[in-house]
Amino acid sequence: MTRVLQDFTTKVPIWKPHVMPVDLDHATPAQLDALQVTPSNRKISDYVLVLAHDAETLKHRSPLFNGIMYNRGGMSRAEREIGAVGASLVNRCIYCAAVHAERYAQLSKDETSIGKIFADGVDAELAPRLSAILQFAVKLSQCRPAADGEDLARLKDCGLGDEEILDLVLSASLFGWANRLMHTLGEPVAE
Amino acid sequence: MNDVVLRLSGIDPQSELAKVIAKRADIFELTEKTHDAALRPSDPGGLSHAMRAAIACRIASLNDDAAFRDHFGAMLDQAAPDETERQVSDLDFRASDPRISALIRHADLVAANPRAASGRDIELLRQAGIVEADVVRLSELVAFVSYQIRVVAGLRLMRQSA
Repeated sequence: MTRVLQDFTTKVPIWKPHVMPVDLDHATPAQLDALQVTPSNRKISDYVLVLAHDAETLKHRSPLFNGIMYNRGGMSRAEREIGAVGASLVNRCIYCAAVHAERYAQLSKDETSIGKIFADGVDAELAPRLSAILQFAVKLSQCRPAADGEDLARLKDCGLGDEEILDLVLSASLFGWANRLMHTLGEPVAE
Repeated sequence: MNDVVLRLSGIDPQSELAKVIAKRADIFELTEKTHDAALRPSDPGGLSHAMRAAIACRIASLNDDAAFRDHFGAMLDQAAPDETERQVSDLDFRASDPRISALIRHADLVAANPRAASGRDIELLRQAGIVEADVVRLSELVAFVSYQIRVVAGLRLMRQSA
């Protein structure tokens, strides 16, 4: 028995696609290349197999995703996860929010902020720096983007430098992309 | 500077901000490559280059971003659009063709209000005759352009506060 999740959770759900994933046994050379399939690596998620329908964008998407979230320097990996969580709140991507909330908690050892964010969104009572980061990510994620000079000034007042702010712009924007795939091409289910 | 993001952000190549961006050059190169893959792929499937540019124009309009609207409008002109493809770029256009109408409806939903999307919306695309691969191509186009517009919005704020 499965049920579709409607509320934010820190327990990472299963993602059930609405679109038929590419069948590896019938994948084109371009799809196999974009999937980076090797004889020892045939474990590929349904999500990535769905995206393999568009091999040309997938080929760049994977390194771009890893670069934005894990590149050296700039913003800490934990704080980049808050950029991802902020976007996922706006776009209500339950799956992305769960995965990146969990990563934030692991990386930061902060076990209380995520619960507050899921309960109260941008109004959550957080440390000022974390609150400024979340607020910026949430406002940049609106359609149209609503982050303004005051939001940026607040980041600077909290001690963020340009390299960190750039990484926040990139991680929040990246999840404007990821949420629009994950949340629309499938749904999160609990077993 | 031919890079779409840097050009539309209005960043002076000699500025301090340009030096910060240069440290993430790999990200900006991959963003540019994905832009080309989403807008002008070598295998466009059921979404022509002109249709992709026209849909991108809609997304720029929904985000109220005139610079992106002009950019994708120029790409639409270069792609030799037919009458319908040109009309798709206009938010007020009401398509009579069910396939075009379904594409537009879904693109607008995913761009402006993705939280409201559900499995039913994918089913509507299928009922309009849109194959699985084109569903993913459309979704990637809308999702990528939404990303690119936000990167530029953030960079403009950084430029203005420098």
